[in-house]
Amino acid sequence: MSIFVDENTKVIVQGLTGGQGRFHGVRNRDYGTKVVGGVSPKKAGEDVEGIPVFASVKDAVAETGATASFVVVPPAGATAAILEAAEAGIEFIVCITEGIPAHDEAKCFNTLKEQFPGTRLLGPNCPGIISPGKCNIGITSGDIALAGGPVGIVSRSGTLTYQALHELTQAGVGQTTCVGIGGDPVPGTNFIDCLQAFEADPDTKAVMMIGEIGGSEEERAAEYIKTHMTKPVVSYVAGVTAPPGKKMGHAGAIISGSQGTAQAKMEALEEAGVSVAVNPTEAGEKMVAIVRGL
Amino acid sequence: MDLFEYQGKQYFARFGIPVSPGGEADTVDEAVAQAEAIGYPVVVKAQVRVGGRGKAGGIKLADNADEVRTHAGNILGMDIKGHVVRRLWIESSSDIAKEYYASFTLDRPNKVYLGMLSAEGGVEIEEVAATNPGAIAKLSIDPTVGLDLATATKWVADANLDEEAREQTAELLVKLFTCYVDGDCDLAEINPLILTTDGIVRALDAKVTLDSNAEYRHPEWEVWSATDTEDPREAMAKEKGLNYIGLSGSVGIIANGAGLAMSTLDVVNQVGGSAANFLDIGGGANADVMTAALEVINADPAVKSIFVNIFGGITRVDEVAKGVIEALKRVDLKSPIVLRLDGTNAEEGRALLAEHLNDRLVAEPTMLDAARTAVAMAAANEGGSK
Repeated sequence: MSIFVDENTKVIVQGLTGGQGRFHGVRNRDYGTKVVGGVSPKKAGEDVEGIPVFASVKDAVAETGATASFVVVPPAGATAAILEAAEAGIEFIVCITEGIPAHDEAKCFNTLKEQFPGTRLLGPNCPGIISPGKCNIGITSGDIALAGGPVGIVSRSGTLTYQALHELTQAGVGQTTCVGIGGDPVPGTNFIDCLQAFEADPDTKAVMMIGEIGGSEEERAAEYIKTHMTKPVVSYVAGVTAPPGKKMGHAGAIISGSQGTAQAKMEALEEAGVSVAVNPTEAGEKMVAIVRGL
Repeated sequence: MDLFEYQGKQYFARFGIPVSPGGEADTVDEAVAQAEAIGYPVVVKAQVRVGGRGKAGGIKLADNADEVRTHAGNILGMDIKGHVVRRLWIESSSDIAKEYYASFTLDRPNKVYLGMLSAEGGVEIEEVAATNPGAIAKLSIDPTVGLDLATATKWVADANLDEEAREQTAELLVKLFTCYVDGDCDLAEINPLILTTDGIVRALDAKVTLDSNAEYRHPEWEVWSATDTEDPREAMAKEKGLNYIGLSGSVGIIANGAGLAMSTLDVVNQVGGSAANFLDIGGGANADVMTAALEVINADPAVKSIFVNIFGGITRVDEVAKGVIEALKRVDLKSPIVLRLDGTNAEEGRALLAEHLNDRLVAEPTMLDAARTAVAMAAANEGGSK
């Protein structure tokens, strides 16, 4: 099994007719994902390499029965696109857009929470989600993932996610689902949401969690792992040497005062019984050893 | 973008938040001219983005032109915790009866806004939070609802502000909240927020951090971007559109992706070195971006070796390799480079690079190996230059 998305997930792409939307939408389809449509108000009736384009998410859902959406829309229009998808009944929204103002994200997140509690948002500013061999929504390269489990991956960073997938795949260790939750301060889906889903998924036997400086999501995840998880967790937290007060590439990766340091996160995770690695390679090695011992 | 006090006050004024009349000065003569225009007594304030200015002697009261001249002369060029004072803010002096604290920021765990109000201002709020947490009235605000005057009125009472300050403060808080949200601030803080002896409430300081993601809808921020960084390396990188942060080590870093770039700094540190910078070149690691990145790093005299750490996802490694080869033709590098290229099409990329490798351009198979080599090269280079 996998979490959130599988071989039956029908996906539409909001922004399919743009450069990035076309590239990733077609790539996801070619991977085997059921990409059933695209949305572009001005290009309804056309198609992108065989993928039909609709005027609105509502139309696309009515025609195709899609339950998931991939939002590839520039920052100024991204949160409106997310809310349009939620209004049309989409249950799972992946938004890769980087550079959305924090206040737009905060309003969007709370609107979803209050008015569309059945909709899950992944991102923004994330690489997306891949259940290898079944479904790939986002920008992750499908060929660095390996189907068949037993490892679930959840990460705040794109390239470190690829690195983790690569290390496991090289060692012949497969993945159930790899979720990139993104590097913004208001993520739609957090570590705990994913840990909970991995804990409930019978095919996931171990979880790799990749965090970074900023906020307190890793500390909260540690508390959850300690009290709710039976499966082994390996973790790596980036930014041990990051200076305070600077946004390290991701809008959410900032140490504020004494809050959000990598050291505090690593300590909390270790205290929760998580196997904490000091670099991504070691995280891969630790996970391979755990899987071999299962 | 962190604003200086005077910029924060200019921003506050746009939203109708009361501040003292004042003006900026870069020289002693300008300071005197501003003071003459404002009227004595004035306060001469060092403009630096760090707390503790007063204790360091960076804030002085002046009753006449001679005093302004003396204080401005002393404060300009002063080093306050590593920040050199290049600009002053001269403002009308206030007779302070009470000092309060007010701020709005994002409550990240709960994904709502957090307002903090305290009758104990003028000191670091972290200190109040640690020693007397009950003195801070926290208000959780739903971003879809906002803050109205009725809620603000109840809030100032909960915070035990002096009776005569409450009405003005409640109105000011609604304006500060508007500044925080419509003004796209990550942080809008007033410390101290004062009540004067003649019963006026106003912002005596301003600490504002703007959300750079919202820059596209705030053309008025443009005037402040020139003073955004004091690090010439960062200014150069910004001009070239690079995501760069200057640090103090000797290993120049180029990586793709924020997480990988952070991780690269950590690994360099683990093997006994230290990074000269954070630089994320994102997905587009082509020759132009690579050239720009190498130019910025090459301009840093502290750099003794360069570590290029690329993991190809969408960006194919053979494309990155071509970019590196092309960039090396364009930039005359002072330091040797260590490359670690992995991911999609890594073998093709390494094959392309094979004929270009020498003792100044080294490839390593893993991040850890590459870090060790880069640190060793930096150490050797440093020794040689002494």
